[in-house]
Amino acid sequence: MLWHRNFVELIELILESRAHLTKPRIQIIRLTMTDLAHIRNFSIVAHIDHGKSTLADRLIQETGTVKDRDMKEQLLDSMDIERERGITIKANTVRIDYTADNGEAYVLNLIDTPGHVDFAYEVSRSMRAVEGSLLVVDSSQGVEAQTLANVYHALDADHEIVPVLNKIDLPASDCDRVAEQIEDVIGIDASEAIQVSAKTGQGIHETLESIVTHLPAPQGTLDAPLKAMLVDSWYDAYLGVIVLVRIIDGTLKKGMRVKFMSNNTLHHVDRVGVFRPEMEMIDSLGPGEIGFLTASIKQVRDTRVGDTITNDRNGTEVALDGFKPAQPVVFCGLFPVDSSEFEDLREAIDKLALNDASFSFEMETSAALGFGFRCGFLGLLHLEVIRDRIEREYDIELITTAPSVIYHVFMKGKDGEPGEKIDLHNPADMPDMSKVDHIQEPRIKATILVPDEYLGDVLKLCQDRRGIQENLTYAGTRAMVVYDLPLNEVVFDFYDRLKSVTKGYASFDYQMTGYREDNLVKMSVLVNDEPVDALSMMVHRDRAEMRGRAMCEKLKDLIPRHMFKIPIQAAIGGKVIARETLSALRKDVTAKCYGGDATRKKKLLEKQKAGKKKMRQFGKVDIPQEAFISALKMDS
Amino acid sequence: MADDWQNGGFGLYVHWPFCEAKCPYCDFNSHVSRQIDQSAWVDAYLLELERYAAQTPGRVLNTIFFGGGTPSLMSPDTVDAVIQAARGHWHAANDMEITLEANPGSVEAGRFAGYRDAGVNRISMGIQALNDEDLKRLGRIHTVAEAQKAFDVARNCFDRVSFDLIYARQHQTLLDWQAELKQALSMAIDHLSLYQLTIEQGTAFGDRYAVGKLRGLPVDDTAADMYMATQEICEDAGLPAYEISNHAKPGSESQHNQVYWRYGDYVGIGPGAHGRLTINESKFATESFLNPNNWLTQVSENTGESVRTQLQTQDQANEYLMMGLRLTQGIDMERFQALSSAPIPHDRLDYLVDIGMVEQDGSTLKATKNGRAVLNAVIRELLVD
Repeated sequence: MLWHRNFVELIELILESRAHLTKPRIQIIRLTMTDLAHIRNFSIVAHIDHGKSTLADRLIQETGTVKDRDMKEQLLDSMDIERERGITIKANTVRIDYTADNGEAYVLNLIDTPGHVDFAYEVSRSMRAVEGSLLVVDSSQGVEAQTLANVYHALDADHEIVPVLNKIDLPASDCDRVAEQIEDVIGIDASEAIQVSAKTGQGIHETLESIVTHLPAPQGTLDAPLKAMLVDSWYDAYLGVIVLVRIIDGTLKKGMRVKFMSNNTLHHVDRVGVFRPEMEMIDSLGPGEIGFLTASIKQVRDTRVGDTITNDRNGTEVALDGFKPAQPVVFCGLFPVDSSEFEDLREAIDKLALNDASFSFEMETSAALGFGFRCGFLGLLHLEVIRDRIEREYDIELITTAPSVIYHVFMKGKDGEPGEKIDLHNPADMPDMSKVDHIQEPRIKATILVPDEYLGDVLKLCQDRRGIQENLTYAGTRAMVVYDLPLNEVVFDFYDRLKSVTKGYASFDYQMTGYREDNLVKMSVLVNDEPVDALSMMVHRDRAEMRGRAMCEKLKDLIPRHMFKIPIQAAIGGKVIARETLSALRKDVTAKCYGGDATRKKKLLEKQKAGKKKMRQFGKVDIPQEAFISALKMDS
Repeated sequence: MADDWQNGGFGLYVHWPFCEAKCPYCDFNSHVSRQIDQSAWVDAYLLELERYAAQTPGRVLNTIFFGGGTPSLMSPDTVDAVIQAARGHWHAANDMEITLEANPGSVEAGRFAGYRDAGVNRISMGIQALNDEDLKRLGRIHTVAEAQKAFDVARNCFDRVSFDLIYARQHQTLLDWQAELKQALSMAIDHLSLYQLTIEQGTAFGDRYAVGKLRGLPVDDTAADMYMATQEICEDAGLPAYEISNHAKPGSESQHNQVYWRYGDYVGIGPGAHGRLTINESKFATESFLNPNNWLTQVSENTGESVRTQLQTQDQANEYLMMGLRLTQGIDMERFQALSSAPIPHDRLDYLVDIGMVEQDGSTLKATKNGRAVLNAVIRELLVD
């Protein structure tokens, strides 16, 4: 039995494949409550690839929490996509028993958090459930943009921080330089940083000791009404919604009735347990402990992350400060390639949304693409993850339209009154420009760390994307540059371009800063004189011609030649701003076709004809599905 | 559709799978073998003929075609035995066309009289190019001089001699091809097959192409120009196209190949040979074992046929469309409709007429000159789902 998320997915897979049904094997072990002084709750902060998951694996292994024979790489990253991409998407939890050098037994609760900017929200709320963090920095690389972003979340949550210099086995490792950088850039004391190789196991014991000696024990009162923080929740096909909780005061017991304070709903707790990392049932959780409950809750939506859980009667009076729900910032349309799969897509999206409250969707109809969904995501990685999961786990081929952001469109008012404000999620819904007073777009503060040899290219990229430089500092040979950028210039391929101009040496993080007015217009694309709504986009007026030209050129390459020539145009309103012509197909015939060729040729043509169905027809023109995304990629 | 095949006639295809050398562009079922026991092959062919004749009794046989491979490596006696057996099994048409594909080498030329005496009345010669450098590149073992000599021998033996050329070759320009084609027309008697070089998977050219080592192939637009020039030059010379790659003086078209394009019935014998046979009101597609030795063994044990598939009338309609539109005379839409039990949808026809790819004349549907150049695209529009 694997870790709980894997477990959830495994069960889902079993249900979906309608293979033989097996009841989940859940260990029931009686654990006693631990006193506060012997609990340490912590998270690990790191940039992607700096070895966070490997370190977590070693901590789990060293303490014998998971037997060697059950050990697999990146134990806490259980989704295929997480393992493949080497990233953590969801926060995961494990309870580790550790007997310290002082002879006393401790309980260590690790909440493993995502490293990527899209999931920053999940990081910040997980941080609120623990008292300290290990700051893991690759000693051969140094501090990166995500290290910074996440360490700030940890500092915001008043964490004690233990710096860990990882990968000291690498020849390029330079602990002194990196320790100095941590002090310079982050401003925390790194003189006692632990030197670790998660790969060889060196420094793991020291890390465990440091957790016990340097991180504070949690505070709390046993003899008080229950006060627990709802840290996270997800759906399990057998157990219903599983609620991850951190107990602040009082005791959570199996069989008790609890109240969720945000909506005053009452629930009967039918299970209490911890993750080691597989689920283990226990009778109760006390102050300072982290574990889970189930209470026959049907939907993740019924559990609000950040909520306070207390006794149904005589509960605590003061609720914890709640969390703001995560807001989607990037939107795109998802359409099935085969339009008969619309219902399957609906089902897939419903199921994914059960487990992911940050993912929003509504039905959308496109003249070009038929029925689909307009979906909102936390960022581009989140978008890719959801899209990959639909394609892989539900086997539905998708057409993804250009990612967009939410524009604030202010309509002209009457008699000096301000007009209506519209939140525009989809450029296709843009009202007539003559009725629009002005448009605002979301901006971000982007932090980029890059070796100085690539700085020029990075500055040019940011400038090209309408960025305004806010800060530029150096730490050794690395530059840290801060830009104010429009989110719509970043959502598409900014990160890809950044990686390519810096050969992968730059790191990037961003946060939303607000809305600002700019000269924005809707650009439409016409193929063979027919508008293709799925290709329309909002652009800055000054960049419209360049984008339009690039788009027409790309489409010319992406659309196969037809038996007639096809004009491809970009237009603002009725005015054409760019134009290309795809010349007609002139040669498409097999030289020889005799008696022996008939069967093979017929199969080939039928296959090609079936392939044509995978394209979308606009008037008489077939557009391949990949064109909808590829056409938008900019080469500079 | 019991007698639909009669619209196209009835032919016999005999596959001889051996060559002296394998050409790098060729994806036909051909093998190089040092020792060939001709008598074993005669026995096997005769067994196959007997088996197929029993399934198609009483028919008039319009054509025989010896293809390959290199059928001019067959001894005249082998050819004679097959022709005699076929004449015995079916009623030979009075004007039965018997074609043999020949390599333009001196050795082959020595056998031409023997083939003529066996009953062959048409030769199709694989000359392929009229310059020695290109012949070498195409992996041909003859020279232009040898080819011309062999051609002269052939035209003294036979009234009807066609030859093949391959164009859109490596490093060939439009002007090169126009000049070569005019030279070819000055030699030609009444028929030419002019094929654009097609890179097929599983050939030496295909392998080289896949790794980017086949250089100098004309770009698509040049290839299209060459195709159009070919149509005009041949038409001016009195050998208009009657099919995508075939040109003839009116009346001298290959009767055998028209059995395929008019979607008649044909028996295919020999390794890898395909057939189309209407038996008890159903049409079947047949295939034979590919490997020559295996085919011989299978024939001696039971049958050389490896696959027999019954074709639904819808499949037949699609095959008729696909083969028939290759001919300049086009297809009969009433015949198509009888097979598919539904007409070609009007919107698709109107669309193709509108963009100048097809022409409709009563119940005849033809691809235009432009339409024939992109016939695959035209057919994809018309195929019945």
